[in-house]
Amino acid sequence: MAHRLEMREMTKKYGDFTANDKVSITLGAGEVHAIVGENGAGKTTLMRMLYGMEQPTSGEIVLNGKPVAFRGPNDAIQHGIGMVHQHFMLFGEFSVAENIVIGYEPRKSGFFLRKDAAAKVRELSKQYRIPVNPQALVANCSIGEQQRVEILKVLYQGADIIVLDEPTAVLTPLEVKDLLQTIRNLAESGKSVILITHKLQEVMEVADRITVLRGGKVTGSVAKDQTNVDDLARLMVGRELQQLSERLPLDGKPLLQVENLTVRDKQSLLDQVSFTVHHGEIVGIAGVSGNGQSELLQAISGLRNIQDGTIRLSGVDVTNQSVAKVRETGLSHIPEDRYLWGTAKQESVEENALMGYQRKPAYYRRGVILRDAFRRVVQEWVNRFAIKTGSKQLNEQAGNLSGGNLQKLIVARELGHETPFLMAAEPTRGVDIGAMEYIHQALIEKRNSGDGILLVSSELSEIMALSDRILVMYKGRIAGELSRAEATEEKISVLMAGGSVHGSSQRAV
Amino acid sequence: MEWLDWSLVSSTIRMVTPILLAALGGALCSRVGIFNVGLEGLVLVGAFAAIVGNHFTGSLFLAVLFAAAASVLFSLLFSYMTIGLKANEIVVGVAINFLALGLTTFALRAVFDVKGAFYDKDMAGLPRLEIPLIHDIPVLGEIVSGHSPLVYLAFLASILLYIFFYRTVTGFRVLAVGMNPVAARSLGLKTTRLQVMAILLCGVLCGVAGAQLSLGQVTMFTEGMTAGRGFIALVAMMMGQSHPLGILASSLLFGFMDALSIRLQGFSLPTQFTSMLPYVLTIVAMFFLKDKNGGASSNQQSAR
Repeated sequence: MAHRLEMREMTKKYGDFTANDKVSITLGAGEVHAIVGENGAGKTTLMRMLYGMEQPTSGEIVLNGKPVAFRGPNDAIQHGIGMVHQHFMLFGEFSVAENIVIGYEPRKSGFFLRKDAAAKVRELSKQYRIPVNPQALVANCSIGEQQRVEILKVLYQGADIIVLDEPTAVLTPLEVKDLLQTIRNLAESGKSVILITHKLQEVMEVADRITVLRGGKVTGSVAKDQTNVDDLARLMVGRELQQLSERLPLDGKPLLQVENLTVRDKQSLLDQVSFTVHHGEIVGIAGVSGNGQSELLQAISGLRNIQDGTIRLSGVDVTNQSVAKVRETGLSHIPEDRYLWGTAKQESVEENALMGYQRKPAYYRRGVILRDAFRRVVQEWVNRFAIKTGSKQLNEQAGNLSGGNLQKLIVARELGHETPFLMAAEPTRGVDIGAMEYIHQALIEKRNSGDGILLVSSELSEIMALSDRILVMYKGRIAGELSRAEATEEKISVLMAGGSVHGSSQRAV
Repeated sequence: MEWLDWSLVSSTIRMVTPILLAALGGALCSRVGIFNVGLEGLVLVGAFAAIVGNHFTGSLFLAVLFAAAASVLFSLLFSYMTIGLKANEIVVGVAINFLALGLTTFALRAVFDVKGAFYDKDMAGLPRLEIPLIHDIPVLGEIVSGHSPLVYLAFLASILLYIFFYRTVTGFRVLAVGMNPVAARSLGLKTTRLQVMAILLCGVLCGVAGAQLSLGQVTMFTEGMTAGRGFIALVAMMMGQSHPLGILASSLLFGFMDALSIRLQGFSLPTQFTSMLPYVLTIVAMFFLKDKNGGASSNQQSAR
């Protein structure tokens, strides 16, 4: 197989920092090549160089046997390289067809031939078996559809090499399945695909070759048949992954009791939701995001008033109480969006850690916060969770921390409250494997110490790895409940899509 | 209701012209993602330049051209500040307004050696076009015929702009730039060029709007004679959702209020009260606008 693309000894330096150090990859026609690595391993830098957005310090790109140098994305597109960005580059108020042809519109004396555009899109959609509705407005499309629009766009632009940057991060399990199939279809029709990701399961399902990056260097480049998930993980992290601690069998008393919880805002958001979390138990809530999980979290934490039902925490009725009251009763909360709810980006690491502790007697006397006493505690968290705070250490702006480190800070802060009940929403979103390990381990330890955890996550693997029981939410209701033993990815996926499963009990305890 | 007759409609059409032209200019800017609060100043500069052009060349055609050129010059300054130097567009727009007010007042004294207003009884205003056939139809003739050419140009401009936005490739790309500049740039669209082009075209429209003010409705220039029409145009633009035909409708509403307020002065209502009408309408209009904006922003959320 002749190589369609070769990147030879690519090096990129930013000052003293080497983002890519002699990275080489090759890509053949019809090949799916996965590039995996933790956050900051240099995957994005490599792709930015390929796409002409960054100029390499040294190294060379050879396309179809000829060395090339791209001055910008346009250049790359013209040479048949297309990129599907992690954050879609779409126009919400335009139709699907318009979004696909933009920049290369079919035209006649300056007029935009929209009918021709729709016809071409329909044809392309058929050719590559990527279903879209050309007339639909993109703003009304699901995330999965929007991604298909992005893929069709690069195909329309004539790409032979398609770069997909973390394509599955935003998709539901069923959409992921479709996407992987689409990638296979593309490869079969002769296109080459570069898949950037850190989800090893998907890599094993779809890739022909896998290149692993760590710290800007290639730590392995292997064919799929000669490797497995564990090997790849080891190459990525640079050490053996630890097994999660044993889960101790615990039989706890009820801790959080939610009954007939109903939230309405014009339309019904939560409808008669009832469940219980016991001491020593992790209850996972699965579901496509937007099916009421956010509202449930807000209702329990006191951020949102509820219209009907009761919430009892440690036997105390906390229905429609203030956040401060609920937290005092025994709640800590890792919020789903760390930037919106979890931190004040402009403030220092220390002050972010302090949030929620400012009124505790140990750190507060006569209206004055005892900073020195608190600083020691924060320093200990930073050490224990290996949080990289940057040059200014505790005085570093929280916004300058990487997503994973910031998340670890939030997890440390919330665990530090040592409350009997923890709500963890998307605790590892955008976090690399190393940090994920820490956080999962911390959650299991909290469970084993007899506390209760409500885990909300859109990552099925996370839900299945941690939960004792799994509730699936669909359209504001609990669509089904599965025990740890009976839960499979398949069953959860079906419930998430609104179907029903034999053996799943519709009761909600 | 004796104050309501067909000549009110005719004067509405006359009053609407500067508002409509400026609002269309504002829409061009807003469609490329720039909120141009400098409309008022641009129109004022145009109004003054039209009088100057007419005074020195004696040609009405050159006068209108001169008005457009002067406003384009100011737009160039606006685009250099906002796009080239990335200054805040609101600050620059406000600066343009005050600059225009000060500069025209100063130039009025420097060029014509008068204070407050310049009036020359020998100066010819824009001609009134009497459209053959239609002019003789009783009511329709009274309404449609007998306006300055710029009035017809304004209505034509809104239709042309509609065709530009929704039928041409360039118009499509202009919309794209305003909707998502990052995506537009990543596609290799020439965003800066499109933005500057839109701002300059806005200058042309505002200049023509000014010419209609100083040569069409009256034949004189007074200090600050725009009297907030640029801002009303801004509201008309927002109310019309930056859609050319929407703007046509909302401008007609404001033009009608303008005409009505003049008409009501003849009925011994205090001037101060009647001239509030367009602004009261503006505030009322905001109540209807607020919901629409809320819906749009919540739509954005899901794309995250």
